[in-house]
Amino acid sequence: MTQTFSSTGHDSFVGTPRNRVDGPAKVTGLAKYAGEFTAADLAHGYVVSSAIARGRISAIDTAAAEAVPGVIKVLTHENRSRTAWLDYNYQDAVAPPGSPFRALYDDKIAFSGQPVALVVAEDFETARHAATLVKVAYEAEEPKTSADAVRAFAYDPPKKRAGIKPPPKPWGDADAAYDAAPIKLQNEYRLAVEHHNPMEPHASTVVYEGDGKYTVYDKVQGVSNSHNYLAAVFGLKKDDVRVLNPYLGGGFGSGLRPQYQLFLAMLAARDLERSVRVVLTRDQMWSFTYRPDAIQTVSLGSGEDGQLQALRHDAIGVTSHYEDYQEVVVNWSGVLYKCDNVALTYKIAQLDTASPGDMRAPGAVTGVFAIETAMDELAHEAGLDPIALRLRNFSEADATSEDKPFGSKALKACFTQGAERFGWAKRTPAPRSMREGHELVGWGMATGVWESMMQQSSAHAILSADGKLEVGNSTGDIGTGTYTILTQIAADTLGLPMEDVTTKLGDTRLPEAPVAGGSWTAASSGTAVMKACRNVGEQVFKLARAMEGSPLANVDFDRVSFANGRIAVAGDDSRSVALVDVLKAAGVETVEATESAGPDKDFASQYEAYTHSAVFVEVRVDEELGQIRLTRVVSAVAAGKILNPKTARSQILGGVVMGIGSALHEESMMDHRLGRFMNHNLGEYHVPANADIYDIDVIFVDEEDKANPLGVKGLGEIGIVGTAAAVANAVFHATGKRIRHLPITIDKVLG
Amino acid sequence: MHALRAVFAPTCSPFREKPFLLERLMLIESGSPVAADTRVGISLTINGQHRELQVAPWTTLLDLLRETLDLTGTKKGCDHGQCGACTVLVDGVRVNSCLALAVMKDGAEVTTVEGLAGLSNGGAGSNGLHPMQAAFVEHDAFQCGYCTPGQLCSSVGMMNEGHAHSRDEIREAMSGNICRCGAYTNIVDAIEDVMAQDGAAQDLGAAR
Repeated sequence: MTQTFSSTGHDSFVGTPRNRVDGPAKVTGLAKYAGEFTAADLAHGYVVSSAIARGRISAIDTAAAEAVPGVIKVLTHENRSRTAWLDYNYQDAVAPPGSPFRALYDDKIAFSGQPVALVVAEDFETARHAATLVKVAYEAEEPKTSADAVRAFAYDPPKKRAGIKPPPKPWGDADAAYDAAPIKLQNEYRLAVEHHNPMEPHASTVVYEGDGKYTVYDKVQGVSNSHNYLAAVFGLKKDDVRVLNPYLGGGFGSGLRPQYQLFLAMLAARDLERSVRVVLTRDQMWSFTYRPDAIQTVSLGSGEDGQLQALRHDAIGVTSHYEDYQEVVVNWSGVLYKCDNVALTYKIAQLDTASPGDMRAPGAVTGVFAIETAMDELAHEAGLDPIALRLRNFSEADATSEDKPFGSKALKACFTQGAERFGWAKRTPAPRSMREGHELVGWGMATGVWESMMQQSSAHAILSADGKLEVGNSTGDIGTGTYTILTQIAADTLGLPMEDVTTKLGDTRLPEAPVAGGSWTAASSGTAVMKACRNVGEQVFKLARAMEGSPLANVDFDRVSFANGRIAVAGDDSRSVALVDVLKAAGVETVEATESAGPDKDFASQYEAYTHSAVFVEVRVDEELGQIRLTRVVSAVAAGKILNPKTARSQILGGVVMGIGSALHEESMMDHRLGRFMNHNLGEYHVPANADIYDIDVIFVDEEDKANPLGVKGLGEIGIVGTAAAVANAVFHATGKRIRHLPITIDKVLG
Repeated sequence: MHALRAVFAPTCSPFREKPFLLERLMLIESGSPVAADTRVGISLTINGQHRELQVAPWTTLLDLLRETLDLTGTKKGCDHGQCGACTVLVDGVRVNSCLALAVMKDGAEVTTVEGLAGLSNGGAGSNGLHPMQAAFVEHDAFQCGYCTPGQLCSSVGMMNEGHAHSRDEIREAMSGNICRCGAYTNIVDAIEDVMAQDGAAQDLGAAR
C-alpha cells in the first residue's frame, strides 16, 4: 500500500483553492487552440459531407471546384494517396474492437455526413465556396438508424472493448425472485442521442516542416494518441512528427480518438508538401461520435419494506456497422445496491451511423438514470423516503467484482450533508403536495457513481539553477485544471512557490501520458509528477549533503522536508540549505528526472474504487404551460482528496450543467428516413444556456482513499452522473408524472 | 451604405448553411456589382489601432480578425450566430462577428478580447487585465477557455447596455453566450462582482 501525499512535505498549495495558472492566457486571448496555429504556406481544407447515410458514391465530379481560382486540390477516394493497409494501424489507444473508419477510403457510405471530399484552397472562403461545387452522385440504400428497429438483432459483442468491464455473471435467480416479490416494478427507460458539442469545433493544423517532417496541432484529449495514429497510418517515423495541443476548447470525450479531420489534414499536407488546416463546421460536429441511445429495462422486486429481492437491468446499446462500441451501462446497479438475486445484461445492435463514442461518464449517465429513477419509483411504491430506501439497500462491497470491499465509500456522508444543505427534511413526500403560486414544486434526489481509475503515466521535472521548476507530460488540460493541480503538486513536493513552477502539457516531446479522460488524469499524471519531483528532490539532497560543512550532513532523505525553496531537517529549520545554493555549489545547471506511475496492483487486488455522489434537485413546473425551471441543485461528492477546491467545484458544476442538459434539453433528432440528424446546430440542439441554470451548490465530503499516493479519485465525470435521474424524480414529485424518456420536454409533461 | 442582394442555389449537401448565402452574394455599390472574392478597401479601428484593409466582401469580421489579422482570441464556435463565442464590441455594442461581413463595418471601432484591457478608463489593473478579465480568473468563470473571450466581450457590452441589474437579468442577458463547460454560475458571480465595484458603470468600457 502506498503512502499518502502529505509524506512528501508540506501541503501548502494542495488542498487549497487556487486560481487557474492558465487563467490569464485564457482571458486575454493568448491561449491558442489547434485551429489557430498557422504557417507561411498554410492552405485551408474544407470537408464535403455525404448527403446519404448508406450506399455508395456512383460518381464524383470535382472539375467545377478545381476550376475556382485559388483551389489547390480536391481529394476524394478516387485520387487519395496510399495509407496503411491493415485495420490495426488505424486503431487508436481507445478504439473499440472493429475496423476504424477511414476517410476517403473507397466509394462506400456508412453514415450521413461522412467526408467524401476535401477541398484544399489558398484561403478559407475559397475552399468553402469550392466545396459547394463538388458534385456527388450516390446509389442510396435505405438506412437503419433507429434502435427500436434493430433491437431484435442485438448481440453480445464477441470481442470486448479494453477497459470496459462486461456485465458480471448473474447471481441468485432474479426472475424467480421477481415473480415472488410482494412489490414488483418493471419499466423501460430511454435517453436521447446526445452530441458532445465542445465549443471548439474539431480542428487540425498540420505544419509541413520540409524533409518529410511535420508539426501537428490537433484537437485531441491526448497528443500521444494522435501521434501514434499518424505514425502508423501514414508510415511515418515517430521522430518526424511532433503533435501538440496546449489548450483544448472542450472535449467531453469527443477528442479521445483522433477524428477524421486529422487524417484529412495530414493526407493533404503529405500530398501537397505544404501546411494544411482542416476545421470542421458546427454542423459537421454531428458527423462523428455521439452518446448512444440505449433501450433499458429495469425490473425491481422488493419486500413491503423496500428491501430488494430481485434486480434485473437489461440494456441494448447501439453501435455502427464497423466497430463494436461498448460502454458500462448496467453494472452500476449491481455496484450500488445489495441484492441476492441479480441479472445484468448488455447487448449492442448496429445502426447506419458513425460509431458512437465516450461522452462524459459514458454508460453511467445512461444506466444510472435508469436504476436511480427506478429506485425512486420503488421508494414511492414502498412508501419510503428515497434516501431511506437507498440506505436499506446500501452495498458495502462490490457484488459485481467478487464482493471486494470498496477502498472508500463516503456515500452516506453525501446523503447526510447533501440533505442537510438542501433542506430535504422539509419535503412532503406526496407528489403534487408542494406548490408556490402557479408552479408545482418538486424535490428529487439520486445517487451518482463512477469508477475511480488510474493509468500508466510518466512525467518529468527539471529544476534549474535559478530555482525555477518545469514539470510536464503529454496529457492534455481539457479545461479540468490539470495545469493548475500539477503545478500545486510540484510546488509542494519541492517546497517552491507556485510562481516558480511551470507546467507543460500536450506535446509529444514531453514524457508520454494517456489521453485525458475517465477521470484518471489527476491520479495518473499527478502521481507521476510527484514522483519526478521527489526524484529531483533526492538528487538535490545528495548534492546538498556533499556540500562542504553541509547542514544536512549525516541526515537521511526521509528525515528532510522541502519548504520555502529550501531543504531542511524535518522539525529543525535551523539546519537547512536553499535549493539554488545547492545547485550553485555543485556547479550544475539543472537537475532532472523522469518517472512513471501506474495503478497500485496490491490495492487493486484487494479493493474496488469508485467515486460517489448524492444529487438533490428542486424543480418548479408551471402547471398550465408544462415549463420546468430547475431552481436549485445540491451535489454532494465523495471523491477522495480534493487537490484544488476551486477548480474541483467547477468540474462538478460543469457535470451538473451537462446533466441538466441530458435531463431537460439535449436531443439529437434523427430523421430515420434519411438517416440524418435534423437539428445539427446549436440553435436547434439546445444545450443549457445561462438563463437555464440557477443555483448549484457543491459539497465535497471528507473521504480518505489509498488507491494512489495522492489519495485522489477523479472528478471529471461524477458531477453528471445521477443528475438527470434527480431531475426526473423531482419532476415526478412536482407533477405526479413519471417520465422515463429523456429529455423531459414540455410535450411530455403536458402529454 | 451598400445594398446587398443575396442569390441562393439549391444544394444536395446535408448541411445547408450560411456559406451558401455568402458565396453567391454579390455586393452592389452604386449599381456596379463586385464579385464576392474581389477585395475592396475599408478602414477599421481595431483595439485602438487604425487599419486600412483590403477585404473580400464574403469575408466575415470574424474570419478577418482570426485569419488575416491573427487576432485569434475571438473564437469561432458555430459560425451561425448561435453560440456567442465570436462576440466582439463594435462601437461599444456586442456583436456576433461571424454574422457581420467585414465590409459592412467600414469605419467602425472594434474591440476584441486582446484589446479589452485597454478599454477601461482607469486603465488595466496591475495585472494588466480589465476588471472583468480579473474577475473571471478570480471566480473561475471558465474551464476550457474557448467561450471566454466572447463571454468577456459580451459581459462588457451588456454593462454598456445598462439593462441588467439583478442576477436573473444578468443570466438572461448573457444567454447568447454558450459555455459547454457549464461555468454559468461563476460567470454570473464574476459579473456581479464587477458591477458592485465602485464606479463600475463609468469605468468598464462605457467609453466606447
